[in-house]
Amino acid sequence: MADGKIPAGMPVEPVRRYTDMAIALHWLLAVALLAAFCVGLYMADLKLSPTRIRLFNWHKWAGISILVLSAFRLAWRLAHRPPEEPAYLPAWQRRLAGGVHHLLYLLFFLVPIAGWAHSSAAGFPVVWFGVIHLPDLVSPDKQLAETLGDVHAALAFSMAGLVSLHVAGALQHRFILKDNIVQRMLPGRRAQDSGESRA
Amino acid sequence: MTRRNVVVRLLPVVVAAVLAQARAAAPVAEPALVAAQSEISFVSHQMGVPIDGRFLKFDAHVQFDPKAPQKGRFLIDVDVTSVSLPTSDAMEEVVKPAWFNSRNFPAARFASSEIRAIDKGHYEISGRLEIKGQSQDVVVPVAITQSAGVTTAAGEIVLHRLAFAIGDGEWRDTSVVADNVEVKFRLALTGIAPL
Repeated sequence: MADGKIPAGMPVEPVRRYTDMAIALHWLLAVALLAAFCVGLYMADLKLSPTRIRLFNWHKWAGISILVLSAFRLAWRLAHRPPEEPAYLPAWQRRLAGGVHHLLYLLFFLVPIAGWAHSSAAGFPVVWFGVIHLPDLVSPDKQLAETLGDVHAALAFSMAGLVSLHVAGALQHRFILKDNIVQRMLPGRRAQDSGESRA
Repeated sequence: MTRRNVVVRLLPVVVAAVLAQARAAAPVAEPALVAAQSEISFVSHQMGVPIDGRFLKFDAHVQFDPKAPQKGRFLIDVDVTSVSLPTSDAMEEVVKPAWFNSRNFPAARFASSEIRAIDKGHYEISGRLEIKGQSQDVVVPVAITQSAGVTTAAGEIVLHRLAFAIGDGEWRDTSVVADNVEVKFRLALTGIAPL
């Protein structure tokens, strides 16, 4: 990937970072998505027990929270233009990164909605934090519940794959290309000069 | 007139006589439960999520004269093994000793001790409820309505599952399964005098 390297003589501009809100949402949702994914993997085959009931409900509460935060995040992103991808990146890399971001945003909505519909079909209405009764997306139906469960899992694994690609890209920029792409999304000091990290 | 003819001619008379006898006897017979129009259901709560269940088999022995309600008696027998829940794992779980222990306690029973009229069609029935070998005194508000010869006694009561040791051991945690269980019933009965 030599064509992704920063040209030697290129002047390095200060990093234009994402907004603090975008950074906060990114990392909050990163933690929430990872936690929900791991709990989802673990709980699926548990035998009926208080632990299973707790984990299922926590997973659903997390999923609805992710849905709400993602809606806010999307609105924020539409209202606050993210930093441009640097021009020295080859077009195909910019397109790939953009495509991954778009698909991830799509899945931030589809995965929780499929899970919610699965819960409705299985006859368990979602009660957010045990208090707020959410409407059923579909009527209880055993066959449909099974299908939606599979859809929810397939979408979640697709998201895991895309997140892996996203993380691999970030690590490559940080540790191999040593450019300042990742800095834009890292919490910390403002107006950092990108030159020092490249040495 | 042959013997055979006599029988044939007399048959309607005999049938009418038997029917008249049956009709005359009807008010004396105990009111009968119309199972198809009756229901005993309940709602439990898992972390705020309502879980619907019901009992498919139950019977009622009722004596009730609206003119003298205090002399009436309600005896409801529920076949605990007929419990129905929305998922197969819940169905497997609920019969276990921690829950209904239905192998050892297949029957639950409500036996009234006192019926108090509140107003026309509304009564308060006190009695003893036994589930899983544990007895509790309960007071059940009951509304009675009548239509087309069928008397319907309906009501709702909140039970505390832990008072009957239903959901014992690790399941005692009420933050997972609430103590309160709302039980609804509708008993359709024939053979009760008009209100």
